[in-house]
Amino acid sequence: MFSDTATWGGPPPGHALRRYWRRPRALTFAVASTVLLLSLPLLVIAAYVFVPAYDVWRHLAGTVLPDYIRGSLLLAVSVGIGTMVVGTGTAWLVTLCRFPGRAILSFALLLPLAFPAYVIAYGYTGILDYAGPVQSLLRSVTGWGLGEYWFPRVRSLPGAAVMMTLVLYPYVYLLARAAFIEQSACVIEVSRTLGCSPWQAFFRIALPLARPAIAGGTALAVMETLNDFGTVQHFGVTTLTTGIFRLWLGMGEAAAAAQLAALLLVAVFVVLMFERWSRGARRFSHSTSRYRSLPRFQLRGTRAALALLACFLPVLFGFLLPAATLARWTIVTSEYWMRPEFLRLAANSFILSAVAAGLAVLIGLFLCYAQRLDRGVGVSFMVRFATLGYAIPGAVVAVGVMIPFAGLDNWVDGLARAHLGVSTGLILSGGIAAVTFAYLVRFMPMALHGIEAGLGKITPNMDDAARLLGRRPVATMREVHLPIMRGSVLTAALLVFVEVMKELPATLILRPFNFDTLAVRAYELATDEQLVQASSAALAIVLVGVLPVIVLARAISRSRPGAGAV
Amino acid sequence: MADALRLEGITHSYDGRVVVDRLDLVVPAGETVCLVGPSGCGKTTTLRLAAGLEPLQQGRVVIAGQVVADGRMDRAPERRGVGMMFQDYALFPHLTVAENVAFGLAGRPAEERASRAREMLEQVALADYAGAYPHTLSGGQQQRIALARALAPAPRLLLLDEPFSGLDTRLREDLRADTLSLLRRNGTATLMVTHDSEEAMFLADRLAVMRAGRIEQQGTPREIYDQPASPFVAAFFSRVNRLDGLVVGGRVSTPVLDLPAGDLEEGRRVEVVVRPEAVRLAPAGSPGTDATVTDVRTLGRASLVRLCMPGSGGREWHLEARLMGRDVPEIGSHVAVSVAAGQAFVFPDKSR
Repeated sequence: MFSDTATWGGPPPGHALRRYWRRPRALTFAVASTVLLLSLPLLVIAAYVFVPAYDVWRHLAGTVLPDYIRGSLLLAVSVGIGTMVVGTGTAWLVTLCRFPGRAILSFALLLPLAFPAYVIAYGYTGILDYAGPVQSLLRSVTGWGLGEYWFPRVRSLPGAAVMMTLVLYPYVYLLARAAFIEQSACVIEVSRTLGCSPWQAFFRIALPLARPAIAGGTALAVMETLNDFGTVQHFGVTTLTTGIFRLWLGMGEAAAAAQLAALLLVAVFVVLMFERWSRGARRFSHSTSRYRSLPRFQLRGTRAALALLACFLPVLFGFLLPAATLARWTIVTSEYWMRPEFLRLAANSFILSAVAAGLAVLIGLFLCYAQRLDRGVGVSFMVRFATLGYAIPGAVVAVGVMIPFAGLDNWVDGLARAHLGVSTGLILSGGIAAVTFAYLVRFMPMALHGIEAGLGKITPNMDDAARLLGRRPVATMREVHLPIMRGSVLTAALLVFVEVMKELPATLILRPFNFDTLAVRAYELATDEQLVQASSAALAIVLVGVLPVIVLARAISRSRPGAGAV
Repeated sequence: MADALRLEGITHSYDGRVVVDRLDLVVPAGETVCLVGPSGCGKTTTLRLAAGLEPLQQGRVVIAGQVVADGRMDRAPERRGVGMMFQDYALFPHLTVAENVAFGLAGRPAEERASRAREMLEQVALADYAGAYPHTLSGGQQQRIALARALAPAPRLLLLDEPFSGLDTRLREDLRADTLSLLRRNGTATLMVTHDSEEAMFLADRLAVMRAGRIEQQGTPREIYDQPASPFVAAFFSRVNRLDGLVVGGRVSTPVLDLPAGDLEEGRRVEVVVRPEAVRLAPAGSPGTDATVTDVRTLGRASLVRLCMPGSGGREWHLEARLMGRDVPEIGSHVAVSVAAGQAFVFPDKSR
């Protein structure tokens, strides 16, 4: 509407602040250095593709490699299908139908996001294993003994697929729901006037229009699946991620681990390309901006009950049941978590998450402002490149960070020994620097997206208006930028904080010796089959994980098209 | 009293592309000057240079007698005492209406800030909305808030960038009148940029018509309408009839017109511009050129009449007339056409 002068000979945005940035080259250089640093793990992995490790590979190819690939592929496909069906189905029911409980369920369906897959896996292992309540009940009712009956094994590849589907379907649900809501009611109604029944309208209009969003959500779920380590490790499923761990920690084969990581990266980038492609197609998905609240089909009787059940089951199995189980275990193990040691774990988790969140936000702010100040496309492209990090699995990042950090430490140590006669030890890889850096590589893009959205709300003209009303650049930042962006920046920090709290594979590899976090302790206890003792740490992670779900739910309820504008 | 703004020899380019070219412009104290021109002619850049939002590359900017930029020094926008209203209003979304208006009053006692903000809101008849947030207001209300915010610090110079472009036509006319009276009441010297010629004529004491980075003509609205310096200026303010002709014997001849050619040399091709309202129709047989009415369109108060008349060599001449009132000829009827004296303009034809 106001694009007239902006596109015609008008200055590029950000000019008012740029005026006081006298060295644009220095800015470009600073951005390039930051992006290069954040891309380091990716570059290291890429470089290792050319390091010969044929012996290991020949051995791998003959033995476990097919298993790794088969495991990752099967998981990715089954979780992809599972999340697509559950996510799309529930999204359709809550947006296009009307039944009792719909409003609450539309938010409750997001809750499983609070669970990392490995935590829900620990919960279900406890519930469904031989000694768990379900099989115990079965035995006491039927009188069967060990080995006298068949029961599905939860610790299996299908089991892992179910666990991941339960916690990852909200990605599809979120995007599909947004797509259904975005669709103009006019488009649906015009299809009705052209002779479609409500069901036909869904399958011929609503679903095809939402297809890019569904594909995008599924791609995100599949990328998370490929990233998973805790679940598959606990269930004894071999995938590329567990393979990297075995080669790296078990066999000390750095080059082969890096090459396996490269293979995993290729898989992830295929999915990423798919996601980008589907997002690109999305631009064409709605052709009118006239919104009305969608006409919802009123369901009654059995159909309403079935819809309610269909939307309630994912919440029950994805959140309520495992959360209740963890809570019960936590209560019976109070002597464990009421010790100071648990507080230390929580403090470690908190420190790591807070440091990473703070740094991620600072770097994100720097990159966002650099983009705003710079007129060229160079900076913008570099920043886009840095955001690729969110696609890289934690295990891959860990290997890509460990190799250069350890190398640098050894080099510095060697220098110090040769010239000073002292050993510096592991400066970088021994402290929290390495693990924090890995978190930044992986989660800074998340912060960047949030901050970009916040900064986008401040038009260049607002900067200019503040200047003309007597504010210097610093005062403009303080009085205009800070208050407008505060919410977005805090949300970005919260998201990174929670992700770091849940993160397992990179933390396992890179944490300093004897520096345990809640996630690591839960993993270790679960590995020792002490699931009940692991519950308090796991529950703490889930409780923190509920925070961003609340933020998300609030953001969604405020941003519905046609419901108030900003 | 010193002029509110003097721009002297301003030249500006983006990435080697010149958008403002050796421009001189004066805004006398208390007057409203409109910079008009098509999109992309450099008028917004001129405004931004005056405000200090764009670093000056060449020339001099003088505000109220003080040089604020001359290529060596460049006073920051916040130290120029200039108010500006933006095309998208740029209201601060996190502040209430009253806080937006009071934003430029920082440094004054709280009491004074509050009373000045209230006074400005009363002037734009939005005192009831003091506590509201901008996004809850309509476009027209936001426009008035933006104006009140720019005027609140009593700037020495007010800059308006396409102040009405985001509004629909009806609202635009109302706000135009309100804005004019507000500017008059505050006596603020104003430089306004617009691509809407009617808006410019309505608000301006003086007009500057800009084209491709240069000022093509300056003057009062009357002068520019009655004595356009080029076909571009003539055509910018209304639909026009363009006829081509030749200077023969010191005169320009077309079927409807016979005008003195002034100092144009003999044999020169010329362009004759005639405004539609200067075309007079009389019953066939009256003095004038015979023409056939080919189309009539009623616009309400006025009507547009298309005319066709035969010329030499089988050529046809087309002319559009704008008639006031209800007395309009029928399609197909014959009329006598003449052009009101002094309302046809002859320019050397530069296109060939």
